[in-house]
Amino acid sequence: MTPIVVSIKDLTKTYASGLQALKTINLDIRKGEIFALLGPNGAGKTTLISIICGIVTPSSGEVYADGHEIRRDYRLARSKIGLVPQELTTDRFETVWATTTFSRGLFGKKPNKDYVERVLRDLTLWDKRNAQLQTLSGGMKRRVMIAKALSHEPTILFLDEPTAGVDVELRRDMWELVRRLRDNGVTIILTTHYIDEAEEMADRIGVINRGELILVEDKAKLIKKLGKKQMTLVLQEPMAKIPPELGEWHLSLNDGGHELVYTFDTNAERTGVPSLLRRVADLGIHFRDLNTEQSSLEDIFVSLVSDRGKAAA
Amino acid sequence: MSEWIAFNRHSIWAIYKFEMARAWRTLTQSIVTPVITTSLYFVVFGSAIGSRMKEIDGVPYGAFIVPGLIMLSLFTQSIFNGSFGIYFPKFVGTIYELLSAPISYLEIVIAYVGAAATKSIILGLLILITASFFVPIKILHPGFMIAFLVLIATTFSLFGFILGVWAQGFEQLQMIPMLIITPLTFLGGSFYSIDMLPAPWRTIALFNPVVYLISGFRWSFYETADVAVEISLAATLGFFLACLLVVSWIFKTGYRLKS
Ligand SMILES: Nc1ncnc2c1ncn2[C@@H]1O[C@H](COP(=O)(O)OP(=O)(O)OP(=O)(O)O)[C@@H](O)[C@H]1O
Ligand SMILES: [Mg+2]
Repeated sequence: MTPIVVSIKDLTKTYASGLQALKTINLDIRKGEIFALLGPNGAGKTTLISIICGIVTPSSGEVYADGHEIRRDYRLARSKIGLVPQELTTDRFETVWATTTFSRGLFGKKPNKDYVERVLRDLTLWDKRNAQLQTLSGGMKRRVMIAKALSHEPTILFLDEPTAGVDVELRRDMWELVRRLRDNGVTIILTTHYIDEAEEMADRIGVINRGELILVEDKAKLIKKLGKKQMTLVLQEPMAKIPPELGEWHLSLNDGGHELVYTFDTNAERTGVPSLLRRVADLGIHFRDLNTEQSSLEDIFVSLVSDRGKAAA
Repeated sequence: MSEWIAFNRHSIWAIYKFEMARAWRTLTQSIVTPVITTSLYFVVFGSAIGSRMKEIDGVPYGAFIVPGLIMLSLFTQSIFNGSFGIYFPKFVGTIYELLSAPISYLEIVIAYVGAAATKSIILGLLILITASFFVPIKILHPGFMIAFLVLIATTFSLFGFILGVWAQGFEQLQMIPMLIITPLTFLGGSFYSIDMLPAPWRTIALFNPVVYLISGFRWSFYETADVAVEISLAATLGFFLACLLVVSWIFKTGYRLKS
């Protein structure tokens, strides 16, 4: 069993406006994993992260970071955590070097030029170290924010939409960077709107909607679910019952016997599709049309989110 | 308890240095402007008008106004530095970093208020040096002078800090110093002794807290005072404690810093 590094217990948040942004969240983050928090706008992702990092006060509940409760032992908890916020906020007139060393000092760490240099080099910011932040591009600014977050050697890193408004190439770089950080033992929690990003990066995926965590699953398991594909044969003549000759494919009948549905695993070595089609032809079953369908994470996500939406309405 | 033992000096130092570096970058604005303004005051009040004025309590008019002038700059600059230091990160959003850092509220206040006060103390001393080129200055009680300078700079920086937390726009940030502090300072005897005021106004002036601060500070120079120095000191300390109380309330409730 991998140790738990962040533990969220019965966490709720109602803003002063009366808006309930989080409804009883329980979640454990495992040491060394990349956890992707997925959810539509206003789901509560930023609120959750902000609470853990000490920027927003929770209404109730507890959060432990590396065993330290974030309010009682805020010094120990926060010194383990690095945060790259969703918004690009920078001190325009500061240089890259000054702002990064400031962050390190602010988090109570002794100056360490070598370490800061390594961070800046890793993020390909070293050449820009003496540049004022206002002269940098948006992608560079985001990397500066990451450098600031890493400057105090955190073991838990929160990335709130790290690839929002970032071009494809930089997105790849960002993924690469996140993986490298994970390989160095940093636990990473990121939020994203992009399902492919979660699919690409995460070890586990959590889906949050309207302040509720509606799914937490290993990505591998999700992919397995997603690996299922359906082939539908639209028959010319409706069928009352599946002929025993087709038993080995475990088919089902749909639409009052007009459709023959075969569910198979695309990851399997043999899908069974060619043999099924041969057998169907041999039996003289005629079909008008054939279509295949694969449910993606996107479908699951959309159906989860909209089901909940309907239930709540 | 652990909060008081594990004092986070790296964090305080980082903020303090950062704030001082910003002042250095905006040197003209933070130092040169007030020094030039003071010199102008001396040209106008010290030489042009002062030469026609009698001595006040045996002190030449030009010299008499020096403590008041220093106070005027000390008040406005302390408030400005104290409020801007915390308002700016709130405004541009970099406050997230401060709130997520392993730093206590006490340490945040020490760092920001310390930097703001340092800047205005340096400024006060610069004005004093500038003034000494124009008029003869005596400092009879240098210890008291420094004590008043430090205490008042700290108090007004603290007051500025509160203002910076409270303010939701730049207008609010400028309104308080302009609308309250400047008039109170002008009416508080920076350029005259309140004994010179006609009867009812003298009594009314005693309700102006700034009178006590200026009077005490001037006493440390020339031993002339509108009110007893003990009362001045008590008033200054009282104001300091009041600001401290408000700050601790702000942090206990997260007022306007956290949602
Ligand atoms: N300071 C605040 N005061 C009041 N309501 C807030 C505050 N911050 C966020 N909210 C509300 O809380 C809800 C959750 O917001 P949050 O920013 O956590 O969503 P999110 O999942 O991060 O969305 P996005 O994907 O758009 O970043 C929203 O309805 C938002 O309007
Ligand atoms: Mg968000």
